[in-house]
Amino acid sequence: MIAEFGLIALWLAAALAGLQLLAGALSLTSRGQVLGGIVRPVAVMQGVLCALAFGALIVLFLQTDLSVKLVATNSHSAKPFIYKLSGTWGNHEGSMLLWVTVMGLAGSFVALIERRLPEPTMLATLAGQAFVSLGFYAFLLASSNPFERLPVPPAEGQGLNPLLQDVGLAFHPPTLYLGYVGLSVAFSFAIGALVTRNVGPAFARAMRPWVLGAWIFLTLGISAGSYWAYYELGWGGWWFWDPVENASLMPWLAATALLHSASVLAARNALRAWTVMLGVVAFSMSMVGTFLVRSGILTSVHAFAVDPERGSFILALLVIYIGGALTLFAVRASTVTEGERFALTSREGALVFNNVMLSAILGVVLFGTLYPLMTEAFGQKVSVGPPYFNPMAALFAVPMMIVMAFGPLLRWRQDNFARIRGQLILPALISVGVAAGLFAAEAIGALPLIGLAVAAGLGVASLLPLRGRNLRRTPLPVWGMVLAHFGVAVTLFGMASESAFSVEKLVAARVGQTTEVGPWQVRFVEIQPVAGPNWTALEADMFASYRGGAEVEIRPQARSFWSPPQMTSESALVTRWNGQLYAVLGEETDDGRWQLRLWWKPFVTLIWYGSILIALGGLLALIGRVASDVRRVVARDKIADRRMEMAK
Amino acid sequence: MIGALRPKHQRLVLLLIALGVLLAAGLLAAWALRSQASYFYVPSDIRADPPEPDRAVRLGGMVEKGSIKTEADGVTVAFVVGDGKERVPVRFAGIVPSLFVEGSGVVAEGKLRADGTFIADNLLAKHDENYVPRELQDMAQHQAKQVVAETQ
Repeated sequence: MIAEFGLIALWLAAALAGLQLLAGALSLTSRGQVLGGIVRPVAVMQGVLCALAFGALIVLFLQTDLSVKLVATNSHSAKPFIYKLSGTWGNHEGSMLLWVTVMGLAGSFVALIERRLPEPTMLATLAGQAFVSLGFYAFLLASSNPFERLPVPPAEGQGLNPLLQDVGLAFHPPTLYLGYVGLSVAFSFAIGALVTRNVGPAFARAMRPWVLGAWIFLTLGISAGSYWAYYELGWGGWWFWDPVENASLMPWLAATALLHSASVLAARNALRAWTVMLGVVAFSMSMVGTFLVRSGILTSVHAFAVDPERGSFILALLVIYIGGALTLFAVRASTVTEGERFALTSREGALVFNNVMLSAILGVVLFGTLYPLMTEAFGQKVSVGPPYFNPMAALFAVPMMIVMAFGPLLRWRQDNFARIRGQLILPALISVGVAAGLFAAEAIGALPLIGLAVAAGLGVASLLPLRGRNLRRTPLPVWGMVLAHFGVAVTLFGMASESAFSVEKLVAARVGQTTEVGPWQVRFVEIQPVAGPNWTALEADMFASYRGGAEVEIRPQARSFWSPPQMTSESALVTRWNGQLYAVLGEETDDGRWQLRLWWKPFVTLIWYGSILIALGGLLALIGRVASDVRRVVARDKIADRRMEMAK
Repeated sequence: MIGALRPKHQRLVLLLIALGVLLAAGLLAAWALRSQASYFYVPSDIRADPPEPDRAVRLGGMVEKGSIKTEADGVTVAFVVGDGKERVPVRFAGIVPSLFVEGSGVVAEGKLRADGTFIADNLLAKHDENYVPRELQDMAQHQAKQVVAETQ
C-alpha cells in the first residue's frame, strides 16, 4: 500500500510540474496572463507531493518491506536503524527521489516567499524550475522507479555496501544534493532573468541566498566526503583527485565564482552577463558531476552500482538543459546591457581576477577528469592523478590566494595600492619569513613550501578588513567574508603541512613490540576477535604515547562483513591539537607477525576545521543577507500601513 | 588602466583577458596531461614497448598462481602479473587489498624499473562484489574469449 501511495504521489507531482511549466510559460504571453495565478500554488503542491513520496520510501526502508525491489536489494533486517534510514538515499533510485524532493521543496519555498522580483520574472523562474524537475521525474518514472515491487519477496535483503555503513557517509550525499539543488534554483533564476530581460541587481539579490546556501552545503559535503575517504578507506590520503571527488569539486568552484560575481552585481550592478553565464555553468557542473558519478563512465575508487542506460539518460538531460540554456544565453546575451564600469585596481577588479582564476581551475579539473574518456576514444587507456592536478591547480590557486589577501581591502570602483600598502607589509613579511625559514630548516617540496608561506600570510591578511571597524557594528556579511577567507588559510595550512611533514611507517610487528613513528611510540599489546551486528573483525590493541607522555589506547580493525561479503579496514586515529596519529591493521604474515601501517600527520585536522570555518562564514553571510531582506520587507509593510492610515 | 577606456571597450577587454587566461589554462593542461597522464599496460605491451623508467604507469593482469611471496620484512610482497603471453615481476610494500588473491585480476600503479621489475605504489583489486576496475572488466572478457578459442 505504502509503495503504491508513494508512486501515485510521484506521478501527481510530475503532472503538476508539467502544469507549472506550461502555465508559467503561457503566462508570459499576452493571452495567457490569467494562468499566472496558478503557478505559485502548483509549485507549492508539487513540493508537498514529492515530500510525501519520499516519506513513503523512508517508511518502506524503516519497515524493511522486502516486497519492494529497492529495499530488498539495498537493505537488510539486521542493519542498525540509522543505516536503514540512510539506506533510503544510499542507492541510485532513492538518491534521485531525494534530488527531486529537495528540488520540489525549494520550488515551493521560492513560490511562497520570493516577492522582490517582478512577477513575470518569478513566473519564468518557476517555469524553469519545473522544466529542470520534469527531466528528473521522467528519469525516475521511466528508468529508476524506486517503488517497484518484486513478484516474490525474498526472505532477506542483500544489505548495504559496508563501506557505506558509516555515519559520515549517511549524511554526505544528501548534503551534496542540497548543494546541487540550490544551484538548480540559481539556474532557474538565471533563466527567468534572461527570458524576461531582467538581469540586474534585484535578480542577483534574489539569487544570492540560494547560491550561498548551495555553497555552504557543497563545502560541508565535500569536506565530509574527504574526511570519510581519509579514515574509511585506510589509505591515509584525504583527496585522491578521483573522478567522483572532482565531480563534487567542480560545482563548488563554479559556485564560489558565482557567489563572488553575484555580490558584484548586487552591490555595484556590474558583471551582468558573466553572472548569468556562471549561473548556467554552476548547475551544468552539478549535472556533469551527477552524470560522471552515476554513469560509471570513469573508473573510480568509489563503488557505485552503475548502469550505462541511466548514464545515457542523464547525458540526454545534461544536453537538453545545458544546450537549451546556452542557446538562450547566446540569443539574449546582446540584450543584457553593460553594467557600471570600474578601474582595474578596485574591489571589482580583484573579484574579476578571482573569477577568472576559479574558472581556470575549473577548466583544468574538468579537462583532467574527462581526459581518460578522450584518449579512450583513440584506444589509449590512461588515468590522470595528483602529478597533473596538484601543480596545475596550484598554478592558478596561488595567485588567486595572493589577490584574496588584499582584494577585500580595496574600495569599490577605483582605488590605488599606495593606500593599502602599509597594511600589507606585515602579512607579506610573514609569508617571506615562513618561506625562508622552511627553506633553510627542512627539505620539503616546492608546493608545500609555497602553500605554508601563502597560508601564513593570508591568515593574517584575511583579518585586516576588521581593522579600524567597530566590531559590534560590523555587518554579518563582512564577518562571514573574513571568517571564510581565514578558513581558506587554515585549510591550506593543513593541506601543505600534511604533505610536507607526514611521517609513515610500515612494519610487520610481533605482539609486544614497540614501533616508532615520528614523535610517537606505539606498543602493540594483543590481537583479538570482535563482532558487530553484521560483521566480525580482528582488532589490534595498541597503546600510543606522544614524546613519552601518557599512553592512549587505539584499536584498528580488519573487518569482514557477511552481507554482502566484504573486507574493510577500520583505521584508528589519535587526534592531538597538532595533528593525528593514524593506524591501520593489515594481514598476519606466515611467521605470526601483523602488518601495521602508521602515520603521523601534523596539523592534518586543520584541513577540515578550515572548511568548517569556510562554511560558517557562508552561514553568517547568509543570515546577514536574509536578516536585512526581512528588515527591508518589514519596513516596506510599515510604510504601506502608515499610508493606509493616512488615507483614512 | 581599463577605467580609462571608453565604455564599449571595457567589456571587450575584460572578455579578451578572461578568454586569454582560459585558453592559456587549456593549452597548459593539454601539455601537462600529455606528460603526466599514466598509461595503462598489460604485460605483453609493457615488454614490447617499455615506458621510461621514471614515468608513472598502470600495469594490469592476472596474479599468477603460486607467485605471491612475502619477503622477510613481512610487508613487501613480490608476485608475477601475467596476461597469458608475457609475465612481469611486481614488488609492492604495503597492505594489500582484501580481494588481492592468486588467480584474480589486479591493477598495479607504479613504475617499471630498468631491470624489468615493476615497483608498485598502489594495488587496485576487485573491491567489492559489484565493482571491478574497468580495465580488468575488459581483460576478463578478452581472456574469456581466448579460453573459448583455445578449447574449441
